[in-house]
Amino acid sequence: MSFAAIFVPNFTFQAIARGEPELRIEPVAVIEGQPPTYRVAALNRLAEKLGVTVGMTKANVEQFPQVQIRNRSKTQEEMGHQALLDAAWSISSRVEDAGRDTLLLDLSGLSRLFGGQEQIAHRILCRTSELGMDVHIAVSANVETARIVARALFGITVVPDGREARFLESLPVAMLSPSPQLAEIFERWGVSTCKSLASLPVLDLSERAGQEGVHLHALAGGRATRPLLIVQPTDCFEECFELEDAVDNLEPLSFLLGRLLQQVCVRISARGLAIGAIHVTFELQTAFESTVLFSPDAISARKSPRTFSCTLQLPVPSQDSTLLLKLLRLRLQAKPPGAPVRKIHLLAEPGRSRATQSGLFVPASPDPQKLELTLARIATVVGEGNVGSPYLLDTHRPDAFHMQKFFVPPATPPHRGPRSGAQTAFRVFRPALPAWVQLQKKVPARVAFQGMLGTVIRASGPWRSSGDWWEDQSWQEDAWDVEIQFTSESRTVEGLYRVSFDLRFEKWWVRGVYD
Amino acid sequence: MHSKSAALRLYVESALAGRMASPFCPPPSEPPRTVPAGIPVLDAVTGGLPRGGLTEIYGPSFSGKTSFLQSALATRTASSEVCALIDAHDSFDPAGAESAGVALRQLLWIRCKTLDHAFRSVDVLLHGGGFGMVAMDLSDAPARLVRQIPLNIWFRLRRTVENTSTILLVLSQESNAKTCASLVLRLEKEAAAWSLEERSLPSPALHTPACLLDGWASTGEVIRSRARPKNLHFLSHPAIPESKDLVRFDLRMKEARSLFSEEERITDPG
Repeated sequence: MSFAAIFVPNFTFQAIARGEPELRIEPVAVIEGQPPTYRVAALNRLAEKLGVTVGMTKANVEQFPQVQIRNRSKTQEEMGHQALLDAAWSISSRVEDAGRDTLLLDLSGLSRLFGGQEQIAHRILCRTSELGMDVHIAVSANVETARIVARALFGITVVPDGREARFLESLPVAMLSPSPQLAEIFERWGVSTCKSLASLPVLDLSERAGQEGVHLHALAGGRATRPLLIVQPTDCFEECFELEDAVDNLEPLSFLLGRLLQQVCVRISARGLAIGAIHVTFELQTAFESTVLFSPDAISARKSPRTFSCTLQLPVPSQDSTLLLKLLRLRLQAKPPGAPVRKIHLLAEPGRSRATQSGLFVPASPDPQKLELTLARIATVVGEGNVGSPYLLDTHRPDAFHMQKFFVPPATPPHRGPRSGAQTAFRVFRPALPAWVQLQKKVPARVAFQGMLGTVIRASGPWRSSGDWWEDQSWQEDAWDVEIQFTSESRTVEGLYRVSFDLRFEKWWVRGVYD
Repeated sequence: MHSKSAALRLYVESALAGRMASPFCPPPSEPPRTVPAGIPVLDAVTGGLPRGGLTEIYGPSFSGKTSFLQSALATRTASSEVCALIDAHDSFDPAGAESAGVALRQLLWIRCKTLDHAFRSVDVLLHGGGFGMVAMDLSDAPARLVRQIPLNIWFRLRRTVENTSTILLVLSQESNAKTCASLVLRLEKEAAAWSLEERSLPSPALHTPACLLDGWASTGEVIRSRARPKNLHFLSHPAIPESKDLVRFDLRMKEARSLFSEEERITDPG
């Protein structure tokens, strides 16, 4: 039985640097607290070299012009922790959440899947570095030893079975996280390392330091054991980014969205899943009250909602962050948020990756993911409701259909085609054209519409239809197929039209033309 | 002089070796693969709709362009292909198309309001690829505006669809694509066919004094075709023996109305 411990050093800074990778090469100080008493909560090594220390006030940090200052974000820390859990779950399903910066994994039975302990540790390191986190990893047969060694030593450490005490002996007692009272006692005794603690007689230690002392003694000797407290894997993939200054332009917004999508895609693909749908919520900046009274723009901004949501439903689950970003961009271009954005929240619904293969004798069809992008681009040109597949409604009402989202139908082998020979087609006038019709023996004799007057040569009808009389939108009409001859000075034109008489409003309409 | 040009030619060929097989010889042009449009008479004279090429169907209103489009869509969707229709003036009749055999689930319908929308949509769609047929219906667009479309747009469309298996079908009132089209077909309406013409007075059973529209006949003339089979003889059409490029075909109304039983016809309450 072996366990692995993942520890994220300087987690507060790394949670922020995960969203802004360029901060890794710059001195950064993370501040927290209430204004004006902001104090440094975390900093990176570059800032430390310049002389910035934890606890320094914001005013003091501002004396260093090259140091980047960021506010501590609990949300981003939570997202970073979730990402770390996803990386752990991608290796083992038995994971203990031992703190926001520490995870413990049960590696039992994984050697046949991933190889030896060192290979597993390398795989964990790869996964976490994909998520943008530098971690310490320790593997040991003792779960507590793994946890302590991971906190103390850089990189990957594999503790051989039975040599736990040897690895722990040089570590300071503070690594065992004793209570402040016990830490003070150990300091008075001159017990500074795990080796010196482990060498104390346990009975005498229990008399003086109680059960906690005994427990620390076992930890220092690498003998403390306990079962893992397993957390169940979740399918919640959220990413969040808070902006210091609100963004009102699509370019920087899509840059940030791209980062968030990339993070979500890495997390979701580590779990062997794909994104089925994305819900993006923007927290918008509200207009300042005093400007509302005077500025018309501010009035419209006030009317805009405080949050703006946008959902992207994919026909086929995808892990391609570039494709998702393009789709989101097109959606936001068509319907932008009405005010500057100050916080982005992205929630991805997982779906199973597509695992089907196209048939050898089935005609090629558009790639669903590429088609989604194509349709989104066309929708920005013609409008979202004007792209899709027609779906006929179960009614006899003329021209009754609605547009549904177009999906590539499942591949089927070719079937028997329509009867040979052509059938007449009808072109619909949308909306129908108002007409003047003169009847002769109850049959249309002359028709005028769109400034043209024609004589009816032949007429077929009336074909009466009605329906929905129980609703407000009822209809009742008599339709005629008419051949009309339009005569002008230069030429004579004949055409086949369908005209209808609306019995409810007693009006004539030209519905369309046969072509 | 001759040796100098030969040396130059050799130099260019060696410089482009691996990138172009034969820089001084155009690639052999093979006749395009064609598929039937669903009207056997027209398919015989045109050779079918060319894949990877632009087909232009033009003619005045009522000439049967939409019927041709509907037939082609029905045939292609029956072959399990995914088709797209760019409707420049939103005049497609989905109910009629379904009754003609078009599988609406396999049809992407783009309803445009302007010519600009139609051309931008077709460009995006062709670059997306994967469609068996992309049809652009410009029939209702003013001929004056369609005429103003620069020729380079048509060239661009032809180049986009080239070397793909997509059929690009364009319907318009006049021929505009010129040499960019692999097949140009002109349609013209002839007489409409009406039945029950002899009945002129209303009767108790058949109150209507009118007759029934059965369809009409159209003529199709091949103006340009790269895939047309040679030496065709249309023995079944003795009416037009003088031209092998001209063919007459009938368009029939859908059966539901033609075979409407007399009992189902409405009666005049008076």
